[in-house]
Amino acid sequence: MRIHILGRIARARASLGPAGTVAAVFLLLVLLMAVLAPLVAPQDPNLQSLLDAYSGPSGAHLLGTDGLGRDIASRLVYGSRTSLLGPTLVVAVALGVGVPLALLAAWYGGWVNAVVARVFDLVYALPGLLLAVLAVALFGPGLMPAVVALSIAYIPFLARIVLAAARQQRVSPYVDALAVQGFGVVRITVRHILRNIGPVVLGQAAIAFGYALLDLASLSYLGLAVQAPTADWGVMVSDSNALLQGYWLPVLAPGVLIVCCVLSLTVLGARISGERPQPYLRTRRRARTTARTQPAAVDQNGAAA
Amino acid sequence: MTRMVISRLGGLATTLLLASVAIFGSLYLAPGSPEDVLFGTRQPSPAARAAVEHQLHLDQPLPVRYWDWLTGVLHGNLGTSMVTQQSVASRVGSGLGTTATLVLIAVLFVVVFGIALGAVAALRPGAVDAAAGAVTSVTVTIPPFVASTVLITVFAVRLGWFPSSGIGTGFGGRIHGLILPACALAIMNCGFLARVTRNALLDQLGREHVQTAVARGLPRAIVLRDHVLRNALPPISTAAALLTSGMFASTLIVETAFGVPGIGQLTITSVAQKDFPVVQAVSLLLVAAFVVCNALSDLLQALIDPRLRSTSGRMA
Repeated sequence: MRIHILGRIARARASLGPAGTVAAVFLLLVLLMAVLAPLVAPQDPNLQSLLDAYSGPSGAHLLGTDGLGRDIASRLVYGSRTSLLGPTLVVAVALGVGVPLALLAAWYGGWVNAVVARVFDLVYALPGLLLAVLAVALFGPGLMPAVVALSIAYIPFLARIVLAAARQQRVSPYVDALAVQGFGVVRITVRHILRNIGPVVLGQAAIAFGYALLDLASLSYLGLAVQAPTADWGVMVSDSNALLQGYWLPVLAPGVLIVCCVLSLTVLGARISGERPQPYLRTRRRARTTARTQPAAVDQNGAAA
Repeated sequence: MTRMVISRLGGLATTLLLASVAIFGSLYLAPGSPEDVLFGTRQPSPAARAAVEHQLHLDQPLPVRYWDWLTGVLHGNLGTSMVTQQSVASRVGSGLGTTATLVLIAVLFVVVFGIALGAVAALRPGAVDAAAGAVTSVTVTIPPFVASTVLITVFAVRLGWFPSSGIGTGFGGRIHGLILPACALAIMNCGFLARVTRNALLDQLGREHVQTAVARGLPRAIVLRDHVLRNALPPISTAAALLTSGMFASTLIVETAFGVPGIGQLTITSVAQKDFPVVQAVSLLLVAAFVVCNALSDLLQALIDPRLRSTSGRMA
């Protein structure tokens, strides 16, 4: 059992490459930090102590304190909870709505495909941040209006890629072979097409998670999503008082954390969906770097094609 | 070409129309009656309430109300602010120039630095390319609000070269005050454009027609300018136009961070004050800017690349 797990880790490392592995490990650590926040955080994130305001890094406060004397390290740890919750919801809703629609459109083609694709294009033409601001203007500030608006905006971001990949599978011979054998639409779509395009969906979802994290942090920064006393990375960056008084750590630490998370997510997403980084050639003569040739669509689930 | 332009303009009009329906309809989507949404937590006098009800034409059916609103918007009548009682058009108009200047400076930064970085990466393989790749990978994940805080810390607070909030007066002062915000807008997009530029140039450098041009003994500068760059231009210009349209949404963040009195900041303060008519008008303007930029990118591409004009059917 132990060897089995080690083998899986080794295989994952090989397929993710060095950068992808570092990204995956970093994200796992952040996730652990969010889940185990009460155990990891050195102090209560909301404990104020005005006498300690803007103290530098020390033994008692690893990253120092903010203007209200709250421990920054603890606020970062607890902030990971709200900062990761929002994007999780956005990606879950966008996947839940977008993937079935895309699969439906890919399967039936014709006017169904035309209508769904046109709707995706229309929504894609609207900036998500603006949609979220409009939602907040109507329903009042809070995480939920922002999450709902961003979920709608992120549906086409995910579904357009899924639609393109699923259509490619739809016309491949193994799908016809399965249909001839009498398998139903749902079974072929879910168990074969979806499984074959799984990496593409997962990779795009990771990238979408990163952008949703950025958008939600931006909205919290503007005071429109997560509200001030709650520990959240975006809210922490908005502490402009600290900035103007020359204390950069309370503001920059959450900013750096956001950038690291998004960077890891985009690197990981690109690796999962099978995009290899373009090699940095050392010679003058170059190989043709035309679009990556798509591997022939082969059913990897061992169906008799 | 003409057919392509017409079909693209048709798509543009459809998107704008649907966006206007969504923005108009959002008032009726919110919980509570529309006049309550407009007043928010304010306690209106009966006269003010009656005036708003009259203004909204609540006794008319919804499509009629939409038509009245739309024709009003097209004639420049964007409604009245619930806070200052000024006309929305005058509030929006005063910030429009500032925001347009801000985006223009940012686009300039993005185009100059993005293309330069991408070109250096493509033409100097090896260590330089790898370094440029590392820089772009990081910059594409630095959001405008984080970039703003870093820029304010370094250039406004520590060095004092630029104002940390607000912009100066006069042409020079305004430009001076807009440089940091424009940088904050540009950083993320520079990385994107550099990446697109690098890949487009590498793609062309590997093509046979470039090899032929080199073999014919043409000077390197001419090969790069007339054969490589010319052919790589369509993807680069598309990316630049798409990034420009995205920047209009980002002005909300940057203008708030730097206290720039543009329409982005106006949006955020209006949201905070629950001044819905202003939010509606600005959203419509920003969506229009976004959509028009996207459409322009397609037309620009057809202008640059003659092949797209003959096969117009495929473009649409």
